[in-house]
This record gives sequence, structure tokens and C-alpha cells, in this order.
Amino acid sequence: MTMRRLSGVALAGLAIAVTLFAAPPAATAADTPNPPADLKAFQKYFKDKFPKVKFEDFVNGPYSMDEGLYKQWKEKEEFPPYEFALDLGKELMAKPFKNGKTLADCFPNKGIGIRQDYPHFDAKQGKVITLELAVNQCREANGEEPYSYTKDEMAAVTAYMAFTSRGKVFDVKIPDDPRALAAYENGKRYFYTRRGQLNFSCATCHVQSPGERIRAEVLAPALGILNAMPIYRSEWSGMGTTSRRFTSCNSQVRGVPLKPQDEEYRDLEYYLSYVSNGLPISGPGARP
Amino acid sequence: MASTIRVRATASGDSTEVQALIQHPMDSGFVKNAKGELIPPHYIQQVTIEHGGKPVFVADWGPAVSKDPYLKFAFKGGKKGDDLKVSWTDNKGASDTLTAKIQ
Repeated sequence: MTMRRLSGVALAGLAIAVTLFAAPPAATAADTPNPPADLKAFQKYFKDKFPKVKFEDFVNGPYSMDEGLYKQWKEKEEFPPYEFALDLGKELMAKPFKNGKTLADCFPNKGIGIRQDYPHFDAKQGKVITLELAVNQCREANGEEPYSYTKDEMAAVTAYMAFTSRGKVFDVKIPDDPRALAAYENGKRYFYTRRGQLNFSCATCHVQSPGERIRAEVLAPALGILNAMPIYRSEWSGMGTTSRRFTSCNSQVRGVPLKPQDEEYRDLEYYLSYVSNGLPISGPGARP
Repeated sequence: MASTIRVRATASGDSTEVQALIQHPMDSGFVKNAKGELIPPHYIQQVTIEHGGKPVFVADWGPAVSKDPYLKFAFKGGKKGDDLKVSWTDNKGASDTLTAKIQ
């Protein structure tokens, strides 16, 4: 009896060993980064999960998931709370630095209607450049103090840039550069890695449970979530950038947030923006 | 500085619908800053909206009203092109006024 059981175990062990050795190359092929396939699968997942939601409506986050919220939001949009930020953003874009140049000078088309091209991979710097990073790089190159990444001026400037890009579809490119692909993969890994005392990944809330409530809030789908950035959150009584959203998400799962615009956050933004390609910019958004 | 007031007023039939947004910190006096010091109270005490020199809406506000408050109401009368004067005063004596045309 004992002998039989033992040999059974040994056999099973052998079977595993055989499978391991015979691991077909197909398994490794599936591990090769394939952003276009990721994008397709990612968008299909949300379309299948929410067959009633129109594709371009995913950019409206929780409002696309809840009829009552949608009505409230439509009314709010008639007089949106981010109006003051738009005015400030417009002013800051045109305000000359000490050297006479302006923030608008640093961007193609003076920063108008270009939100959909960020983040992009910069081959010279060898890293992902987000819109927020580009704003501060411009300020520093012109001898100005960088803005805080999370709110106030940074939120105002990016709000204005998003506003002038509304309706244009996300067009994030991954160039044929192993470093760009590595950044994309790193962002993807970050998105699906669990962290914090609550042991949540970004995907736990925003892929697995969009439309569900977390306390009083309705969770937004990850698809299109960055199209609405920056946002005015009633909870914050103010504007917040993508950086603010990432750091506060990390705190909410009782993890230790990274520094705003840390490499991993930029890679995360790169991944998350790429898989929302094809969806229009709707920022700045207003969220409860 | 740009005005702290945004107004949109639309006349339809015999009534006018008014929406306004005011930029103000509305500090209640009970909140502490990052250093643990109390942020002194700073809030709007009165909002007045006048049409043709007559007040059509007067509100006494206090510390419980949210930051950057929004208000919406409708009044009888008012035609397209009429002036609507919106003003507020706060507990520190500051104030702002804006005159907008009814659309």
C-alpha cells in the first residue's frame, strides 16, 4: 500500500519533470512582450464586461457605469468645477519666464491639442516622458523652479492642455527600441503587482471591479482612466494630476507611494495610456 | 486678477435661471494645516444677486459651505441682455462684484 502510494508520487514527480523539460517554445512566445496584442485583449475585456457601455464612454470613468451618477455629472458639466483651473492654465502657458520664453514655446504647436501624444518614449534621454515631466523639464531648462507634480499650477497647465486636446484620440507609440518595450513591460508589471497592507494591485480595483462600489465611490474602469486626467475631485476640493492619482491610490491600499514621476510611475502611465489608444481625450474631468 | 465669480444666466419664458461659481477657500476655522496650526476662519458671509438694482437673491452663508461654492436658482422676470450683478463679502471684509448679461 505504502509502496504503491510512493511510486504514485514518484510517477507524478516524473510527469512534472517531463512537462518542464518538454516546455514547448510556445510558452516562451507568450511571454514575449506584444503590446498590440495586449491592447486588443485589454479593450476586449472591458467591452465584453460592459456590453452596454459605448466604447468612447469609457473615458468618463464612474459615470459610464452608473446612471444616477451620469445624470448628476451631465448637470455638473454645464458649469464644471475645473473652470478656474483652465483660466489659470491658459495664463501660465503664456506667462513669460525670466528669460522671456514661455511654457508654450517648449511644446509643439505651442502646447495646444497635443495631450494625446503623451507619454512618449524619448530615445535621447532613454526614458518615458510624461506631459507633467515635460512641463517641469521645460521650466528647469529655462531656469525656473519646477512645479509641484500633484496639484495647483501643474494641474492647471495640464488641464488646459487636455482641454484643448478634447476629442483627439490617444496616440501613444512604442518605438522599435528595446528600452521602450522594457519600460512598457515594467509599467504593465507595476499595474498587475499587488502591494500595500490591503494587498491590492491597480488591476484589483480598476480591471476586476469597475462599476462596483468601494465604500461610497463607484470604481472607474482602467480603460480610458487617464484620458480624463487631470481631474477635479470633490473629495480633494481641488484639482489633481495623474501623479496625484497614482500616489493616492498607493496610499489607499496602505502602501508607501513612490515619488511623483518616479520611473515606475512613468512606465505605468506609459502602459496604461497605450492600452487606451483609440479613446478620445476627455480631460480635465470632474469626479466625486 | 481675473474675477473670482463666474455667472451664467439664461432667460426662458418669464423666468431666468442663474448659475454661479465663486472661487473662495471657505475655511471653516476648524481645520489644521500640515504643521498642526489652525487655519483661521475665512468664509463668505453674504452673496447678493441684483437684477435692475433690486436684489433677487440674497444668501447668508457660513463656514459650513464648501470651498469654491456653486449656486443655482431661478427668478421671475429678466430678459435677454439685462444686467445681473453678483457680489459677495467675506468675514475678512474682502469682496468681489461682477456684472453679467442675461443670455
